[in-house]
Amino acid sequence: MKKILYEDYMKLFISIFFGLSMSLTATAQDNIYPAKANTGIFFIINARIHVGNGTVIEKGTIKVEKSKITAVGENIPIPVDDIKVFDAKGQDVYPGLILPVTDLGLKEIALSVRGSNDFLELGDLNPGVRAIVAYNTDSKIINVLKANGILLACVTPQGGSISGSSSVVQLDAWNWEDAAYKIDNAIHVNLPSFVAKRSRSGSPPAVDPTKESLNKIEEIKSFFRQAKAYLETSAPKETNTKFEAVKGLFDKKQKLFVHGNQVKQILFGIDFAKEFGFEVVVVGGSESFMVADLLKENNIPVILHELHDLPAMEDDDVDQPYKTPAVLQKAGVLFALNDEHEESRYRNLMFNAGTAAAFGLTKEQALQAITLNSAKILGIDDRTGSIEVGKDANIIISKGDILDMKSSILTRAFIQGREVSLENKQTQLYERYMTKYGLK
Amino acid sequence: MIHGRLFSRFKYFFISFFLLQIHLCLSAQETFPVNGVADPRERFFAFVHATIVQDGSRELKDATLVIREGKIITVGEKIATPSSAVVIDCSGKYITPSFIDIYSDYGIPIPQSKTTPSSFYVGATQMKSNTKGAFGWNEAIKAEVDGSKIFVADTSKAKSLRELGFGTVLTHQKDGIARGTGVVVTLANQKENLSIIKEKASAHYSLSKGSSTQSYPSSMMGTIALLRQTYLDAAWYKSRPPREGINLSLQAWLDNQNLVQIMEANDKWNDLRANRIAMEAGVHYIIKGGGNEYQRISEIAGMHAPFILPLNFPQAMDVEDPNEARFVSLADMKHWELAPTNPAAFEKAGIQFCITTSDLRDLKQFSANLRKAIEYGLSETKAFEALTKTPAELLHVYDKVGSLEVGKLANFLISTGPVLKEKSVIIENWVQGERYVIKDESQKQIKGNYQLVINEPEGQTTYLLIVKSYNDARVAGKDSFYTRFNFDGKLVNLSFSPGGVGPRIQLTDTSNRNLPVLPKTAREQRREGSLVRLSGLVGDQVWSGNGEDSSGRRITWIARLAGPPSAAPDTTKKKINLPIGKVFYPFNGYGWEVLPQQEVLLIKNATVWTNEKEGKLENTDVLVKNGKIVRIGQHLTDPSARQIDGTGKHLTPGIIDEHSHIASTSINEGAQSVTSEVRIGDNLNPEDINIYRELSGGVTSAHILHGSANTIGGQTQLIKLRWGVDDEGLKFKNWDPFIKFALGENVKRTTSPANNRFPDTRMGVEQVLTDAFTRARDYEARLKVAGTGKTGASVRRDLELDALVEVLQHKRFITCHSYVQSEIIMLMRVAEKFGFRVNTLTHILEGYKVADKIKMHGSSVSTFSDWWAYKMEVQDAIAYNATIMQKIGLNVCINSDDPEMARRLNQEAAKSVKYGAMDEEDALKMVTLNPARALHVEDRVGTIKEGKDADLVLWSDHPLSIYAKPLKTIVDGTIYYDVERDSLQRIRIREERNRLIQKLLSEKKSGSAVTPGTPSFEVLLSCGDHNHGNGLITYYNDGEDGGEGEANKN
Repeated sequence: MKKILYEDYMKLFISIFFGLSMSLTATAQDNIYPAKANTGIFFIINARIHVGNGTVIEKGTIKVEKSKITAVGENIPIPVDDIKVFDAKGQDVYPGLILPVTDLGLKEIALSVRGSNDFLELGDLNPGVRAIVAYNTDSKIINVLKANGILLACVTPQGGSISGSSSVVQLDAWNWEDAAYKIDNAIHVNLPSFVAKRSRSGSPPAVDPTKESLNKIEEIKSFFRQAKAYLETSAPKETNTKFEAVKGLFDKKQKLFVHGNQVKQILFGIDFAKEFGFEVVVVGGSESFMVADLLKENNIPVILHELHDLPAMEDDDVDQPYKTPAVLQKAGVLFALNDEHEESRYRNLMFNAGTAAAFGLTKEQALQAITLNSAKILGIDDRTGSIEVGKDANIIISKGDILDMKSSILTRAFIQGREVSLENKQTQLYERYMTKYGLK
Repeated sequence: MIHGRLFSRFKYFFISFFLLQIHLCLSAQETFPVNGVADPRERFFAFVHATIVQDGSRELKDATLVIREGKIITVGEKIATPSSAVVIDCSGKYITPSFIDIYSDYGIPIPQSKTTPSSFYVGATQMKSNTKGAFGWNEAIKAEVDGSKIFVADTSKAKSLRELGFGTVLTHQKDGIARGTGVVVTLANQKENLSIIKEKASAHYSLSKGSSTQSYPSSMMGTIALLRQTYLDAAWYKSRPPREGINLSLQAWLDNQNLVQIMEANDKWNDLRANRIAMEAGVHYIIKGGGNEYQRISEIAGMHAPFILPLNFPQAMDVEDPNEARFVSLADMKHWELAPTNPAAFEKAGIQFCITTSDLRDLKQFSANLRKAIEYGLSETKAFEALTKTPAELLHVYDKVGSLEVGKLANFLISTGPVLKEKSVIIENWVQGERYVIKDESQKQIKGNYQLVINEPEGQTTYLLIVKSYNDARVAGKDSFYTRFNFDGKLVNLSFSPGGVGPRIQLTDTSNRNLPVLPKTAREQRREGSLVRLSGLVGDQVWSGNGEDSSGRRITWIARLAGPPSAAPDTTKKKINLPIGKVFYPFNGYGWEVLPQQEVLLIKNATVWTNEKEGKLENTDVLVKNGKIVRIGQHLTDPSARQIDGTGKHLTPGIIDEHSHIASTSINEGAQSVTSEVRIGDNLNPEDINIYRELSGGVTSAHILHGSANTIGGQTQLIKLRWGVDDEGLKFKNWDPFIKFALGENVKRTTSPANNRFPDTRMGVEQVLTDAFTRARDYEARLKVAGTGKTGASVRRDLELDALVEVLQHKRFITCHSYVQSEIIMLMRVAEKFGFRVNTLTHILEGYKVADKIKMHGSSVSTFSDWWAYKMEVQDAIAYNATIMQKIGLNVCINSDDPEMARRLNQEAAKSVKYGAMDEEDALKMVTLNPARALHVEDRVGTIKEGKDADLVLWSDHPLSIYAKPLKTIVDGTIYYDVERDSLQRIRIREERNRLIQKLLSEKKSGSAVTPGTPSFEVLLSCGDHNHGNGLITYYNDGEDGGEGEANKN
C-alpha cells in the first residue's frame, strides 16, 4: 500500500509550484500536460465528502476505478496491496465544479484584441453555429479555472436571437474533440428587452419597446413553427440547414436555453416551453425572484448569471442579487449558479455560491447549485455533478470550505479519474518571481 | 357674468381698431421712409373704472390709467379723463403689469451642431475650435455673442408668450458655456429697433457646452475648470499680453463683467457648483435652477443668490404595468409629487426668485403649472412679484417695466379678475401701448342654459339648450339629444335629433366630451335626415334664426338665456391631495428624513482587529465619543453610551477603498492628454446609491479617482461615506491632495480605431509626462520671478500647471494607473528626474515583476486581487501579485475600482490568504491600514486606536470570511448603516412606492397625460477600464465625451 500522506502531497503541491517548471519556460504553460487516462484503482480516504446532492459524509472513502467512482461511503475496505491512496484527512472533497454558461476557450483577450475572439457570430438566426468547434483547449484561462476546482464548462456562443449550440467540455484536454463531454447539449436564444429606455435628457423612448420586442419574439417563434413543419415533411423540396439544426429541440435531445433577465423575458421563456414542448432553461434570470412560483409550476430551471452584481434598481434591496438563490430554493425551482465576471474570468464560481450561502442557502445547497444542479440542467447528471457510484470521478480536494476564500485552496483535482495538474500560467509566474526575489 | 352692455361697445370699438393696428406698428420710426401716406398716431388711451394693480402691494379701485405713445402718463384714482384720449371703460376689470420672463430665447434660436461629437472610445478627438476668426481657443466660450445683434422678433412666439401674460422678456442665445449677452425686449409686434429696451442687459453662462463639437470639456469637472481658467485668462488679458494677440472672446468676457451675470445650473448640485465658481471669481450669479432645489433647500438658501425657477413639473409616469413600474425609481416618483412645491420652498426659505417659462415641455402648461405651484403653497403675491418686480429689478429695468407707474412702458394686462386667480381670464395684453386681444370675452358669455323655442307649423316646441363652449352644446327635451353645435363668434349652427328613439344621454352627463357611440337606430335616423338643423345669429341674450326640421320643413327658432351655467368649482383654495411625501436626504429610497447624528457608542465584548501592534483582541470593548475612539479595553462602562453587544462579532476599522469612481457626476476629462486642472471634488454626487450600498459592505472612506482616459488626469477626492450629507460634507477634511495619472492602453486609446490624440504608444506617454513637468518647472520659475516684482511681466495663471507645480513641490501626490513593468519603471524614472516620488501605483498588475524597483522608489501599490485577461496589458496579471509585493515589503492595498466589488473588499483581501498564504491580519490591513497609509491619513483612520476617527465596522463573522456581513458601519461615530434599520428602510420603500404608485394611477385615471414608465437614470461611472453590466438596468457613462453608454443586460 502506497499511502500518500498529507505531508507528502504538501511536498508534491510545493513541487508542482516551485519545482517542476523551474527549469522550463515559464508563462507559456507549454509544459502543463493533460493527464493520462487512469487505468487502475485509487482511493481517497478520511475525507469530508460533500456529495453534491446535499449530503455530507463526515469521514468517508471514495473508490475510483479507471474513470468511474465505484464506491463511496464510510466503511469501504482498502486492499492491503500496493494501491494508490490519497489521504484527505482534515480536508473537504467535492464533486468537480461546473461552469454552466461561458465563453471560455472562445474569448482569450477579451475586447481589446479582436483576433482572440470567437464567441460572437454575425447574423440573427444562427441555430447551426456550434461553439465546440472553436473551443481552444490551449486557452490560458482554462488552467486557472481548473486550479480553483472548475472541471467542466458549457461553452456557449453569443449573438443574434438564436446564437447556436453550446457543448459541455472537460477542462483537461489536448483538443476540442478530446475535451467534448456532451456535444450540442443546448441551443441558445436571446430574448429582446422589454424595458423602455430613457434618454439622458429624460425624453421618452422613440419606439415602443414592448411592441418591438413582441414582434421580435413572434419572428423567433415563426422560425420554430416553420422548422417544425419542415422537420415533419418527409422529403422537403430544398434543404434548410437552419431548420435541421433545431431538430434536437423537437426530439428533446437538446434543451432550449432562453437568455433573459426581465420578468417578461422569463414569461416568454415559459411560453416557448408551452408552445413547442421544448425543455426550456432560463439563463440570466436576475428577476427570477419575482416569478419563482411560476417557474416552479412550469418546471423551468434557471441559471443565475452572476450573484456579485449590483441590484438592478436603486430601490431594490441592496443584497437582492445575493439572496435571489434563496428565493428560488424556497420555491423549489431547480437552479444553478454561474460566474460570468469578465475581469476575474469566471474563477470565482465557488464564491458566488459562498455568497448565496451567506444569504439564505445552506452551504450544501449552495454547493449543489454549482455541481449537481448544473449537471442536471446541462443534461450530464447521469455522468457527473455528484460523488456517487457510477459517475465519472470528477473530484476536487480542498484544504477547507471551498466556498470561503480563506480556506478555498485546492490540493488535488481529478477528471474522469485522471489526476490533473493544478498548475497554470499564474502559478508559473508566481514561481518565476518568487525565484527572482529569492523568496522560495 | 362679467359681460355687460358697456363692454359690448368697448368690444365693437376694438374690432375696428384691430384692423388698423398693423399700420400703426410700423409707423413710429423717423429714419424709416414711408411707402404711401404717413399716418402718425399718438396712441392716447384712458382706461377708466378699473381695478389697477400697480405692483404687488398697491391696488387702486375705480382708477384710471392713461397711456400715450406707449408709455404711462397718469395712473391713479379720481383722475380727470383727458379729453383727447380714447376712453375705454374697464368696469369690473383688473389692470396689472404684464409679466417678465427673465430666461427666454425668444427671437434667438439655438444654433444646431453641424456634427455630432464622437464617442471617446471610438471617435477622433476634436482638439481645436470650429469658430473661425480672432476668438478664443474653446468653441464653448462664446462671450462675444451679442443677443441684441442676433435678435429677430418672432411674431408667433411673441403671441404665445403674450397669451400667458408676458410683455417683456430677457432673451439670449442658449448655447455654450459662456453665452454672451442677453437683450431685454418687449413682445410687441414691431420693428426690433423699438422693441429692444435694453441692449446689453446680462451676461450668460451655463455648465453645458451646447453645440460645440470640440472635445474639451467632456465632463462636468472639465466645464468647471474651463470657467475657472477663463476668469483667470480674462484677468490676465487685461494687460494685453503680446503673445496672445487679439482675443475677441476674452475681450467680450471682460466687457460683459459689468452686466448682470446669469448662470444656468439646472440642478440643485450644479447650483452649488456654480456658486462656488462665482465665489472664487468674485462675481455674483443669478442662478437658473432646475426645479429640484427643494430637495436641498437649506444649502440653496445658504448661497444667498437670486434664482430663476422653471415650472417644469414632471408628467405622471404610467405605472399600470407592475413590471414597468418596477423600473421607475422612488426618487422619480417623489420628484413628480414634490416638484410643484419648489417655488413655495424658495418663498419659505426667503430666497429671491423669478419664474420663467423656460424648460416647459409645452409653453401652454405655464399657467396651469403656475396655478399648481400656488396650490402647493406659493403665495399669489410672491408669484406675482416673481413675474414682475423681481426680474425687472434684477435686470435693472424696473424704471421701465415691472409695475404701473408714470413714465414706465404701457405694458399691462386687462383681466376679468385678479390676474393670478384661477377663474380670472386675461382678455387683453397691452405691450408698449399696443393692444393684443387674448381672449374675446364673448366666448365666456355664451355659456349657459337657454330656452330654445322652435316654431313649427303645428306650433311651438320648447327644449333646453345647454351651451358649454363654442363647439359643445346639447339640446334636451325629456332626454338629452345628440347635438352638433358650432359657434364662430357671431353665427351659430346647431343640429340635433329629437326623435323618440334617439340616444339617451343622461342630462347630468354634461362632462362627457367624447360623444357616446350611438345605437344603430340613431345613426340610421341621422342618415335618413331625421335631424333638426338650425342656423342663426347670436345676440346679447337672445339668439334667433331659421332652419329645417327632420322632415325638411322650414322653421324658425329663438333661444333665450334662462340661467347661468352651473358654476365651475373654484379650485383656488383646493386642498392638496394629502399626504404629500417628505423630502429624503439623499433624495431616494434609502435616504433619511432626519440625518443621523454622532452618538456615544460602547461596543461590548467583540473581537477587535486593531491593526496595531496589539493585533487582534478578544472580548474587548471600544468606546466612541464625539466621533473619535476614546477607549479600548475590557469591562468599559459609560452611562451616556448606547451599548452595542459585540459578543461573537468582529470589530474592524472601516474599509478604505483606494480606487473608486462612485459619488461623482463625471470621472474622465479625456479630451486632452493633460487635464490636471480638473477636480473630482468639483462635481461630487452625494446621492449616488452606491454610497449606501458600499456602507452595507463596510466601506467608510473612498478615494474617488479621475478615470484613466489620459496620461495626466484630474485631481482626486478622498471622501467619507457620510450618507445624506451634501457634496462638501462628503469630503475627507484636511487630507493631502492627490492627482490621478494613467499609463498604457487607455491613455493611448487602444479601443479607438481613430485615435488622433497624442500619445498612441508607451513611448509617447513618456513624452507627455516629461513635457508636462518641464512646462510646469518653467512655469514655476516664471511665477517665482514675477513674485519678486522685478519684472513687469504678468504670468498667466495656469490651473493645469499649478497642480503639476504642487507635485514638483511635494504638495500634491500621484496615484497612477499602471499595468506593465516597462511603463512602471519609466514612470518612476521620469518622477526621479523631476525630483518627486510617485506616491501610489494603482492597478499595478505587473507590480510583482518590478516589486524590488518599486521598493527602491518608495511607492505604495494598490491592486486587484484576481482580475486578469480582460485586455492585452493584463495578460500577465496574477492573483499572487499582492502577496509577492507584500513579501518584498511594499505597502499593498486591494482596491475595487468597481461599486459592486467595493461591497466585498474584505473578501477580496481574503483572497491573498488563498493565493500565497498571506497572514490574515496582514490581509485585512490591505483594505484598511495600508490604503490609509497610501493616502497619508493613517494618523486618523485605518486602525482601532484611541484618538483616531471612529470609522468602524461591526461584522457578524470573521471579517475575512465570505459569510461575514456588516451589522453596523460607523463613520465619525455616526451609524450610517445599520442592518436593522436597513430592513425597516426596505419596508418604507415598499410603502412609499405603493403610495405613490396609487397616486400616479389615480392621476392617470383622472385623464392626465402620462409618460411611459421608463427606468430611472442611474449613472455608473468607471475608470474606462472595464465595464461589465453590474446589474440589470444600468447606464454607464465614461464621461469622456459626455455621451452615454449603457449596459443593459438582457
